Amino acid sequence: MGMNGIEKILAHHSKEKTVRPGQIVEASIDLVMTNDATTALTCDIFKSQLKAEKVWDASKVIMVIDHYTPSNSVESAEYHKRMRDFAAEQNLRYSYESQGICHQVMLENHVVPGQLVIGADSHTCTYGSLGALSTGMGSTDIAVSWVEGKLWFKVPETIKIVLNGNLPRGVYSKDMILRIIGDLTAKGATYKALEFTGELIDDLSVDSRATLTNMVVEAGAKFGYMAPDEKTLNYIKERGREPLEIVKSDNDAEYEKVVTYDVSDLTPQIAHPHSVDNVKPISEFAGLKVDEIFLGACTNGRFEDLEIAADILKGKKVSSDVRFLVTPASKNVYRKALDTGLLRILLDAGAFINHPSCSTCFGATQGVLASGERLLSTANRNFMGRVGSPQSEIYLGSPATIAASAIYAKITDPREVI
Amino acid sequence: MIKGKAIKFGDNIDTDQIIGAEHLTLPTIDDMVKYTFINHKNFTDDFQQGDIIVGGHNFGCGSSREQAAAVLKKAGVGAIIAKSFARIFFRNAINLGLMVLECKEADRISKLDHLQLDPMTGKIKNMTKHQDYQTTALPPYIKAILDAGGIVNYMRDRPPDFC
Repeated sequence: MGMNGIEKILAHHSKEKTVRPGQIVEASIDLVMTNDATTALTCDIFKSQLKAEKVWDASKVIMVIDHYTPSNSVESAEYHKRMRDFAAEQNLRYSYESQGICHQVMLENHVVPGQLVIGADSHTCTYGSLGALSTGMGSTDIAVSWVEGKLWFKVPETIKIVLNGNLPRGVYSKDMILRIIGDLTAKGATYKALEFTGELIDDLSVDSRATLTNMVVEAGAKFGYMAPDEKTLNYIKERGREPLEIVKSDNDAEYEKVVTYDVSDLTPQIAHPHSVDNVKPISEFAGLKVDEIFLGACTNGRFEDLEIAADILKGKKVSSDVRFLVTPASKNVYRKALDTGLLRILLDAGAFINHPSCSTCFGATQGVLASGERLLSTANRNFMGRVGSPQSEIYLGSPATIAASAIYAKITDPREVI
Repeated sequence: MIKGKAIKFGDNIDTDQIIGAEHLTLPTIDDMVKYTFINHKNFTDDFQQGDIIVGGHNFGCGSSREQAAAVLKKAGVGAIIAKSFARIFFRNAINLGLMVLECKEADRISKLDHLQLDPMTGKIKNMTKHQDYQTTALPPYIKAILDAGGIVNYMRDRPPDFC
């Protein structure tokens, strides 16, 4: 019996010939990423509890300041200072500040197919879009990995998601992943891996693929994965990197189940409060008034997402009844959007443009909501109180949906304005 | 034996609700504890040290922030029983030595029921309703980490070839 790509990467990192779901393996880690939501806690555990002095490899421990940047309080300023001091003391080769969201920084600068990567952030699962295996961990696990360069993993069961057909006009990978999470439920893939395959994956850009893998944790999944192809290899080669290993699932690999979609008749989807699996077609919410709109996050803050929104908003005005916040996912995205005129289009339409960061998605810095307010966002979470008041509401949709809705300050089907 | 009353929650309790993003940069877990479940009156009104949190499915979903498990431990939560746990929270809790047990019958427990939990057997006695419940056994590797009081102690006890 063969193995799927996920099992192969775990096997290769734990020096096992084969691994099977349920087996616990000790696997070596290629990269460990932390950010300013939890790094200080990890440093405390590393020093005070593990009594460690040096990280196992200063070129593999990567730090990114993205959640509270620029520092929004004395506490976060102190926190950032501790991170910079630790990075300097440990002589870390990669310590990023003001470069964007950690996951986008990792995709642009570090991840290659075949790697096993962990990060102190639940959306670390994003890197499966490049044919790597990646997952989020807590601070103690991360501190242990800093010392050992390895960790224990339970080999997960895998659900294969086959996406056939072509997305209709006005429908995007965000709509697809919302539909999948709605069908799987928020706990439907807990401790499992999702492997994406099919005609749609072949067609999607590398940016759009990352929207799918980014959100697998919203169904509880540990890994989201897709086999690398020419587009993946071009993406990393353009950035001066080579794959560690090209892994493909065997034809006789086993899956817990196979779920097949024909995406040709998919419509724009919305996740409504307060759980990401509350997913319904946009028609159910058409005309619902919104107070704020957010375009950004590791889900949909990439160049292509800004381009989709700018195409809709070109020559149009955002309603004066809504605040429209745009936060590019990285400095590279920001620069490209600047150079190609996208930022000008969005600015002229009435957008606030923020510095690359987690921004409104994280709910601690920009764009927090008052009680009774409603946010429509391209982010990945709509939990109660995540962005400000616990009496506010968060709806999730695609970049096209939020752009169309910005014109009317109401949830609007993008197919009506394209 | 862990004894305490049940502080009940529903499905999909996310880590943002346990500790909000605006509190994560406070210098220590001690500073954060007072914000634990700040918008949940069942916790802020009724919780006393040693009480047992009883959740539904997918307890601890969302962000990987270990502060969520850490503030619950620091607040003195005796154990968390839930129908199922989100992966990262479950792992964080085990690593910190916070008892987390899956119990398919968690729905039978009502708010403020008096519970008695045997950490050795994983058996729960509901003293209010005179019922017994079984919990899912942990794999030996994970049980050993929990028994050591968390992964840091576990590593300290057997340093040379841990991972």
